[in-house]
Amino acid sequence: MKPTVSFTVDGQVVQVPEGTRLLEAAKAIGIEIPHLCNYPELTPAGICRLCLVEVDGRLVPSCTTVGEEGLQVRTNSDSLYRLRRLVLELILSDHPQDCLTCDKAGACPLQRYAYEYKIERNRFVGPDHERRHLPVREDNPFIRYEPEKCILCGRCIRACAESQGRHVLNFYGRGFHTSVGTALDLPLEQTNCELCGQCVAVCPTGALTEKERRFKGQEWELKKVETVCPFCGCGCPLTLHLKNDRIVRASGGWKRFRLCVKGRFGWTFVHHRDRLKYPLLRKNGELVRVSWDEALAFVAKKLLEIRESCGPEAIAGLASAKCTNEDNYLFQKFMRAVIGTSHIDHCARLCHAPSVAGLGMALGSGAMTNTIDDLEEATGILVTGSNTSEAHPIVAQAILRAVRKGAKLVVIDPRRIELAHVADIYLQPRTGTDVAWLNGLAHVIYTEGLWNKKFVEERCENFQEFRQAILEYPPERVEEIAGIPAEELRRAARAYAQAERGAIVYSMGITQHAFGTNNVLALANLALLTGHIGRPGTGVNPLRGQNNVQGSCDMGCLPNVLPGYQPLTDSAARGKFERAWSVELPDKVGLTVVEMMEAARQRKIKALLIMGENPMVSSPELCRVKEGLEHLELLVVMDIFPTETTEVAHVVLPAASFAEKDGTFTNTERRVQRVRKAVEPPGEAKADWEIISELSTRMGYPMPYTHPEEIMREIATVASIYGGISHARLEKEKLHWPCPHPDHPGTPILHAERFTRGKGKFHAVHYYEPAEVPDREYPFILTTGRMLYHYHTRSMTGRVEGLQALVPEAYVEINPQDAQKLGISDGDLVQVTSRRASVKVRAWVTERVPPGTAFMPFHFPEANRLTSAQNLDPLSKMASLKCSAVRVEPAPPSP
Amino acid sequence: MKPARAHVLVGVDDEARLAGADQVLEQLRRALDELGLSQEVQVVETGTLGISGQGVVVAVYPDGVFYGRVTPEVVRRIAEEHLLKGRPVTALRLPTAAPVARPAEVFGRQVRVVLANCGVIDPENIEEYLARGGYEALEKALTTMTPPQVVEEIGRAKLRGRGGAGFPTGLKWAAVRNAPGSPKYVVCNADEGEPGTFKDRLILEGDPHKLVEGMVLAGYAVGARWGVVYIRGEYSLCIARVEKALEQARRYSLLGTNILGTEFSFDVEVRPGAGAYVCGEETALLESLEGKRGWPRIRPPYPVTRGLWGKPTVVNNVETLANVPDIIRRGADWYRTLGTPTSPGTKVYTILGHVVFPGLVEVPMGTTLRTLVYELGGGVRDGRSLKGVLVGGAAGAFLTPEELDTRLDFDSLAERAAVLGSGAVLVLDDTACIVDVLYSVLRFFRHESCGQCVPCRAGTEALVRLASQLMVGSSTGPILDRMVEVAEVMRATSLCPLGQSLLLPLKSALAGFGKEFEAHEQGQPCPHCLRSVRAYA
Repeated sequence: MKPTVSFTVDGQVVQVPEGTRLLEAAKAIGIEIPHLCNYPELTPAGICRLCLVEVDGRLVPSCTTVGEEGLQVRTNSDSLYRLRRLVLELILSDHPQDCLTCDKAGACPLQRYAYEYKIERNRFVGPDHERRHLPVREDNPFIRYEPEKCILCGRCIRACAESQGRHVLNFYGRGFHTSVGTALDLPLEQTNCELCGQCVAVCPTGALTEKERRFKGQEWELKKVETVCPFCGCGCPLTLHLKNDRIVRASGGWKRFRLCVKGRFGWTFVHHRDRLKYPLLRKNGELVRVSWDEALAFVAKKLLEIRESCGPEAIAGLASAKCTNEDNYLFQKFMRAVIGTSHIDHCARLCHAPSVAGLGMALGSGAMTNTIDDLEEATGILVTGSNTSEAHPIVAQAILRAVRKGAKLVVIDPRRIELAHVADIYLQPRTGTDVAWLNGLAHVIYTEGLWNKKFVEERCENFQEFRQAILEYPPERVEEIAGIPAEELRRAARAYAQAERGAIVYSMGITQHAFGTNNVLALANLALLTGHIGRPGTGVNPLRGQNNVQGSCDMGCLPNVLPGYQPLTDSAARGKFERAWSVELPDKVGLTVVEMMEAARQRKIKALLIMGENPMVSSPELCRVKEGLEHLELLVVMDIFPTETTEVAHVVLPAASFAEKDGTFTNTERRVQRVRKAVEPPGEAKADWEIISELSTRMGYPMPYTHPEEIMREIATVASIYGGISHARLEKEKLHWPCPHPDHPGTPILHAERFTRGKGKFHAVHYYEPAEVPDREYPFILTTGRMLYHYHTRSMTGRVEGLQALVPEAYVEINPQDAQKLGISDGDLVQVTSRRASVKVRAWVTERVPPGTAFMPFHFPEANRLTSAQNLDPLSKMASLKCSAVRVEPAPPSP
Repeated sequence: MKPARAHVLVGVDDEARLAGADQVLEQLRRALDELGLSQEVQVVETGTLGISGQGVVVAVYPDGVFYGRVTPEVVRRIAEEHLLKGRPVTALRLPTAAPVARPAEVFGRQVRVVLANCGVIDPENIEEYLARGGYEALEKALTTMTPPQVVEEIGRAKLRGRGGAGFPTGLKWAAVRNAPGSPKYVVCNADEGEPGTFKDRLILEGDPHKLVEGMVLAGYAVGARWGVVYIRGEYSLCIARVEKALEQARRYSLLGTNILGTEFSFDVEVRPGAGAYVCGEETALLESLEGKRGWPRIRPPYPVTRGLWGKPTVVNNVETLANVPDIIRRGADWYRTLGTPTSPGTKVYTILGHVVFPGLVEVPMGTTLRTLVYELGGGVRDGRSLKGVLVGGAAGAFLTPEELDTRLDFDSLAERAAVLGSGAVLVLDDTACIVDVLYSVLRFFRHESCGQCVPCRAGTEALVRLASQLMVGSSTGPILDRMVEVAEVMRATSLCPLGQSLLLPLKSALAGFGKEFEAHEQGQPCPHCLRSVRAYA
């Protein structure tokens, strides 16, 4: 607990933690001091001079002055009023007086103060030719900049530098002609701007606004709905601003302003003309509009027939990491209780199945051990296999803030990602050599005596076996395998081990391998060895990719576990569900995503229900996927847009988007948050939970839910980690599971006193060569992954004009050395060929990738045409998405 | 100085260079060679001789003859006639009343401590500085004094900052010495930007080693190992001379590691400024040094606790540091015999405007303004009468002839609500219009406002707009009240001294010359102002 100080503000005593600034101290007791340049979470600047207060007869800026014991602070007096009034008059002397048509009107503090300080006529307005005349800038997809409305408070500059770490904006010129701009006055797109729009969020006036909202509604007309961003696992709180049942703007984010480009500007897909509005049924080869009644009757009849003729084992379902917990819970309940199959899986298989498996084995819980905010507490951070800045922008911001506070950052990744540029140590291993260098790190930590002996003895088991294994990985051997200089590896090991609080952050660069689970186990070993777990600023933190991928796993949309990770094979657990659902449940573990596609290809699976998933882009080896789907007797797809998968479906059911339904998402840090309905679904589209309920009812298993709240109540009764979670509590509380009962405050940090599985278990794992290694025919290693401007299979972001314009097509990153050898220039069309397929894409020649490595974003179908569905991780059934051998060559001229 | 029959001092500053000083020097040396005089006549390239507006100025000692507007042809004649034949070239001599050639009794009223070597020694030759007692103070400090004793000695001397504010240097050093945190830094503020002020330039050009010695002493006193001189970018000669001095000092083990064989190490680097007046403000200077935009910081914290890179930092003006060697060498007691009890020592002034002898002078603190204007400045030129004096630079105060007996030291001026500022003394005769002068002061501030805080950024603009109505006689209301209102708010709310200090020239001008302002406010045309407005347009 921080020591406190007390002093008086306008005669009232305040007691605040040491270091609290006067502005905040006053606010704490309800005294509002006018200010324009201050913004919570950004370094105070003290430059607007409106927040001056009197302290013992002196004038000081209350935003920068720290409260001290015994101070007497006066926030208002006649003389302060006069000073502030004149300062405002001076600001307004060169501010356009166009509040009538300004989008910011009603939410503009300058406008409010002008009224409060009764500035009717301005005595200092100069002749027109002496005013600043600056053109409006709209030369980027999302942000409108009206420099004349800029009051030079610098919030945008600080947000860009301090929050996003980009330093794109700065002041230019001086005195009266100072302005805010980019280097050389370049358009934002030509700078290193990521268009996150935090500058817009913090701008007090109408200088920076969203282009999209121009003339779409004024502040007092807008209705606001608090919900959660539908892009990525960060799970940022999102506020939708509505007028006439249409979204016109999004705001919010962590600390009310931290969002990325997708969250802030990507909502426009909701109102896109392509939205699916009516049920479609394939008749004579064509998808044609039918009634809900006809569509559902057809599906129910078909499913019953197939179950009758081929058994429930012939039916499988893919749930969706983009849908709510309630949708997903009902989906798996439908598959298990109504159909009677365990063939339930979803895209988590292809991202973090190895984490769920590996961390489950080592720690007992397959999720982030700590929270996003908590990363800021770390003093040493190891980031590996995560392109954090692009895939989890808000987590990257937390890491940047930790680094600014002095944390040592170690980045280990074959690609020189954004964070590598700010890292203390950056190591570039060969793709697929993770176990080797992870064991190497453990070797250094152990042999140099940097390990936490007490922690290992008291809280862990199986140390000896692990010790034997790592002793085979001295840094010199690791150098041979992974290409990391031995001395560098030692430095990295020391930086992590010697940190007071060391955190590990990783993602699919670790998991998407044929030995993904081993990689995860090796990472977990490091945390156990150093005792960097169970405390603030530590832990093993897998960053989950999609907005509700954590939740859909929690809900049991996996072939081996019931909701709350209760093993299907455990008869007691199964029995609980059988009683709750009043049916007998299949006890055999079902098939995973890749296995399902293969089973469909072999006609063992006859019917597939897909909710909000697009395997025709997201699953490996697309030609096999296509074959599989085409062999199905029944393919039902529930989605919000036509996709590559709906093209081959027999029935397409229009679903409601995140903005059109209620429910909850669970983000990467296990935080359960309310998703709220803001607008009506288009046409006849319905929420997924409604579609499933109706279908189930038609198939003789009534699901009479009227609101997702009721579904959450049922989840709480069957899954103890959600036992205390309800929509009502989420209205006012921030809850991280496990939260076993209604009085439980949730668990932001796992494994604090004991591991979920009791003791932390070391695993001896060894390095094996990847299944595909470069050879003469296929000399490159292709890795795939996310990029900032797109999400999943682009069904949403591809329909956001600005995002699509930024990155309209697939590309392959190759190193300049390789490009030169192959005679390829940046932007050339190249042909990339694997043992599966050959695709043509543009080349991006960049040093982000090392020589011999190629990278393609998986948002476009080209990537997964090349990957392989063979060689699955034996434990998690993950495909080796990060490691395919390919050949890159200039594209032959088209005939 | 080397023994020689005669010394020829060539004042080389930026102005002289523009007038061809390099060619003059070259021709002089060649002529002396050809005349066989190079052994007996010593050519000394020195800083400004304190005379401006006279092109290249050359002085011949021991005769004490000054020549102005010297060209290569002229210097040849000087060599042939004066140096060879011993006949000064009367036609080319500056009048006896020319600045440094002030009548002996007037020149003698100066007390040169800081400027003692300026115009006398070759600033590019460390030997000449050493010959005049240079670096003795450093040797004394390093061998016989502990760092706290050095701080104490400066404190006892009651040396006050010559940058304008007059903060006791001893207190500042003690604060840095005792501040937690390391390393500590010594920063010399040589970003001399105050209009009409060239005192630091003279020191840097004419006696750079004095500054270097002062900095090393400061470093020793406060426990720093590194210092930096932030020199106004336009002062290219200063930069070159200081760089050269640093190099020589390093060679003589007076700078660098293990100075004079002791444990103490200290080094200095030069950083040029980039043309912003505000960077003369110490925290803006530090920001600029850190590679950021030169914007002032909010104080507190002060540089003594959180300065350069957030570490305890001494920031001293050039003149302040140049006082240090003499204080250490000759002792605080000696120093306190100069000046007044609360402001001991001397002060360098730049006298400019309508005076007979414009230029730089050094006199004890407490000298009256009358002495400065009428004796050292030689009085108002062309026999006109005095209208007023702007003391302390653009941010200084306008004083009237009735205030001529004001003593020039920190406390006496404070009593009159005026400031010593940069030591610029602008003398205005009865042809000047104070409104016009004030207008140029306001325009200067508008131009130099950094743009960071609202009151200064928009206030300087508003003041110029209002003043321009006075200038053209188009005021529509109580302009003067409004100007005072703006300046008072700027005084109260501006972030740094730049915006805060404008009230002083405005209020003092109104107090001393109110009638003139009221006449302008009432719309009477003034030929000076109209001319200025046309010139600015």
